[in-house]
Amino acid sequence: MTAYPSLDTAAAVQPVDRRSRTERPKQRRRSGQRPSIALTVVMICFAVYALLPLVWMLINSTKTYEGLLGSFGLWFADDFALFQNIGEVLTRDDGIYVRWFLNTIVYVIAGAGGATVLSALGGYGMAKYTFPGKKVIFAVILGAIAIPGTALAVPTFLMFSSLSMTNTMASVIVPALASPFGFYLMWIFAREVPTEVIEAARMDGSSELRTFFTIALPMMAPGLVTVFLFDVVATWNNYFLPLIMLRSDELFPLSVGLQAWNLEAQGIQGGAVYHLVITASLLTVIPIVIAFLALQRFWQNGLSAGSVKG
Amino acid sequence: MSTAPTVPEAPPAARARRRQPYRWTGVWFVTPFLAVFAFVFIGPLAYAVYLSLFQTQLIGGTSFVGLENYLAVLQDENFWDGAARVSLFLLVQVPFMLLISVTAAMILDSARIRGIRFFRISLFLPYAVPGVAAVLIWGFIYGERFGLAGNVNDALGADIVTPLSPEWLLVAIGNIVTWSFAGYNMLILYSALKTVPTELYEAAALDGASAFRIIWHIKLPAVRGALVIAVIFSIIGSFQLFNEPSVLQTIVPNLISTHYTPNMYAYNLSFVGQQTNIAAALSIIMGVITAAIAYAVQLRGNREALR
Amino acid sequence: MHSRTRRTVLFASSVTTLALALTACSGSSSPESAGSPESLDAALEEGGTIQFWSWTPSAQAQADAFMAEYPNVKVEVTETGGSSDQTMQLQNALTAGSGIPDVVSMEYQTMPQFQLPGELLDLAPYGFADAEEQFSASTWDSVTDGDTVYGLPQDSGPMAMFYNDAVFSELGIAVPTTWDEYVAAGETIAASNPDRCIVADNGNAGFVNSMIWQAGGRPYAIDGETVTIDLQDEGSKRWTANWNRVVEGGLNCDMAEWSDEWFASLSDGTIATVLSGAWMPGVFEASAPGGAGQWRVAPMPTYDGTPANANIGGTGGAVPADAENPDLGAAFLRWLLTDQASIDIFLESGGFPATVADLESPEFLGAESEYFGGQAINEVLVAGIEDVGADWQYLPWQPYANSIAGETIGQSYVSGGDLNEGLVAWQDANIEYAERQGFTVAD
Repeated sequence: MTAYPSLDTAAAVQPVDRRSRTERPKQRRRSGQRPSIALTVVMICFAVYALLPLVWMLINSTKTYEGLLGSFGLWFADDFALFQNIGEVLTRDDGIYVRWFLNTIVYVIAGAGGATVLSALGGYGMAKYTFPGKKVIFAVILGAIAIPGTALAVPTFLMFSSLSMTNTMASVIVPALASPFGFYLMWIFAREVPTEVIEAARMDGSSELRTFFTIALPMMAPGLVTVFLFDVVATWNNYFLPLIMLRSDELFPLSVGLQAWNLEAQGIQGGAVYHLVITASLLTVIPIVIAFLALQRFWQNGLSAGSVKG
Repeated sequence: MSTAPTVPEAPPAARARRRQPYRWTGVWFVTPFLAVFAFVFIGPLAYAVYLSLFQTQLIGGTSFVGLENYLAVLQDENFWDGAARVSLFLLVQVPFMLLISVTAAMILDSARIRGIRFFRISLFLPYAVPGVAAVLIWGFIYGERFGLAGNVNDALGADIVTPLSPEWLLVAIGNIVTWSFAGYNMLILYSALKTVPTELYEAAALDGASAFRIIWHIKLPAVRGALVIAVIFSIIGSFQLFNEPSVLQTIVPNLISTHYTPNMYAYNLSFVGQQTNIAAALSIIMGVITAAIAYAVQLRGNREALR
Repeated sequence: MHSRTRRTVLFASSVTTLALALTACSGSSSPESAGSPESLDAALEEGGTIQFWSWTPSAQAQADAFMAEYPNVKVEVTETGGSSDQTMQLQNALTAGSGIPDVVSMEYQTMPQFQLPGELLDLAPYGFADAEEQFSASTWDSVTDGDTVYGLPQDSGPMAMFYNDAVFSELGIAVPTTWDEYVAAGETIAASNPDRCIVADNGNAGFVNSMIWQAGGRPYAIDGETVTIDLQDEGSKRWTANWNRVVEGGLNCDMAEWSDEWFASLSDGTIATVLSGAWMPGVFEASAPGGAGQWRVAPMPTYDGTPANANIGGTGGAVPADAENPDLGAAFLRWLLTDQASIDIFLESGGFPATVADLESPEFLGAESEYFGGQAINEVLVAGIEDVGADWQYLPWQPYANSIAGETIGQSYVSGGDLNEGLVAWQDANIEYAERQGFTVAD
């Protein structure tokens, strides 16, 4: 990929500034260019498109069941029942929603966290050492990215079943631990760690593992965060595998639980839950939005390096 | 996990053979990942291949049938119906979404608008919404009686917006996918754009290059690598389309068949129709097709970049 | 492997079953359980833990009451996400050979799927046949096959016509008693306001099956390994001749049942009738509160004046043949579905009973429903039970057949065309499936 400068060159020329790299240097370099109205309008259209459903969700979480069915989608109904709805969501079925929320957090942290650790170890090993079969392993792991989830779902289920592992938290966490894309990303980041530094550590008598933890890992930090965030979103959204692995609703993550409530509204035991589904969706979205807002700069720095090298 | 203690410290003379003494250490680093990988990928995959070679019937039990299941799938018009649909979906939705992503990334990078941070976060937020929630919300919005679509139709006085009709359903699904992922792809492309060094722009400005030439000769090549990745993941995602049609099926059961997408077909065959063997064969066929196309795109993308 | 596990359990639990245990299952369509009425009581005394899978609202409460009465036994309730979800889970557990529950709730239409390959325990040796008098004839019919008792009924779903009296009064239409009158009413309603309709039907499989049932059709017949599928038999054609007037005439609303649209339309007078089962009132009250006071219940319209009815839906319970603890499971099932204390809990949660005692109790019959404007709806609903036609059989893969209804018969609804074409498509898809599963299709 020689059509544009590599990360190293860019880094040498323009030091990576962890604070916002956008506004100030840009203005200095592009002084004399006024904001374009046309472009702003286009961006506003995009923003409206992106935010519309979220605004809809916010507004409609304030409605009661009857209000939902009777009022205009983008404006409030006569009643304001947001807190009532939230209360109902949190207490329905003995507070199963809270249980789902906690489950999801466990799945995400254990799954994404574990995946990041394994990918970091694996990517580092792949990048910094030679050993027989390396190319084959690499090809197989990358090939795994293209395998559709359904090809593996039933056999994974049957396998876990024979080990009496279905309907357990492990049945959701373990499959999430092997993230081929995470492995690939960590391999990219690990390659950037200068071999000389590692050599120096070795000569100083540091064990391989210690070198990894104290020297390489800090240098791979942006990659770690990127992989972690990527896996967080993947596991937060995980729907298909938990759907077939889990039976008791106490173990459901939010995604499966939400759909279960949605189906419940349509079953013979049809409860009036549509307004709850909406409010529940809102509560599901908020934490991850906050997480992203808080962690966004790590995310972007990591993405830039990853995308260039890819 | 043992490392240095099993490997004697290399004497200075051996420093020339850099990595040689440490090759087993590399294996140790990779082992944890490989162990889990073998358990959750290789194992089930091998089992899926095994399953695909048998057939279990309600009457008659299990028997070995070799490649019969594969033939059955390849001759099944339901399979090709689903495969054609996701291919069509891919050919339309992916370019459309990436067009939005590239445009948004370019505009953000151009610094010719204010409030960059606001726009960046706004466009990215949909990605943070869990897939099932996104489909549920859009499902509500699409409703012609009580959703926004209905409100719009009432305002216009005619039934113009009908996303949940046979003609528009695939577009409606495409919209959900676009909405969910355009921002994410935009961010990847935007980050790639950020790595372009300022000298290039300064040189271009000195040459008096127009905005269009800057885009064509500097920005687009800069995002090529990221674009290839985005395309590959979008292709894989399109072929694996499941969540959106599955959740929508409860709202419009007559419009979304059990074989609407290959993944749905595999799921229904396995879990509702008790035909796990055919489902296994189907999944493997889809996996091979997906991998082949992804690889082809990767090759093409790289070849372009090296030109 | 499984019979070995079962044999071990039985040896431990009862000496008297030794001889019977040695004649364990092979080839018969329902494995002989090695139990007897005494082994049930023995199992209850000995105690243990059993797994109970259900989606019904009263499951946990019933389990709790049971455990209060039999402190030796622990019942672990798994609340699944509904019938189709649970069917899938049960099928998975059976395929994997582990995690199989001891007692399950099961819809009547799902039972043949598990009954045919011998996956449901024959409860007759435990003396369950004695329970026959307790239950209504058609529900007992749904859980037995000759001398084999493979389940017990919990609720029943005889059909009835729920109609919005406010709409009928407003338009001055008499409540229809025949299908001709029904169609005529539909035309009047549609003429008055094109957004309104007499019914919202979009090809729901359960509805189609039950309507064919009411019309006298018996499209499915299973005899060992031979199956007959004829969705163009006399009864089917009778129904399509009638219902084509509704579909082709555009008299039905195009919306998915159980959707928020549908519930709202029940509340605001858009839909004038609902043809459904006796369990429907609870759904009205929970999900269409805006319609309170407007609705009433009447018997199903007839074809020629002779009362005829069918069941729609309906749930019972069963014990999987490969359960870990079949004796204890069967004991729990017996209590769950025949003990009055348990049935009372079920009734409190809004269920419609299958037991004759409850169906005939004056309290039940006289109960006035506030939602239905003070009408004693149970009288009408119970009366409908007598007219339910006999000898209906479901396919041994009914859940699968239902899943492909949308893309077959449902297409007639989408195009507003001839229902017979949709039925033929459904029939062909079923025949193909039957052949793939090794059945011989007779025709």
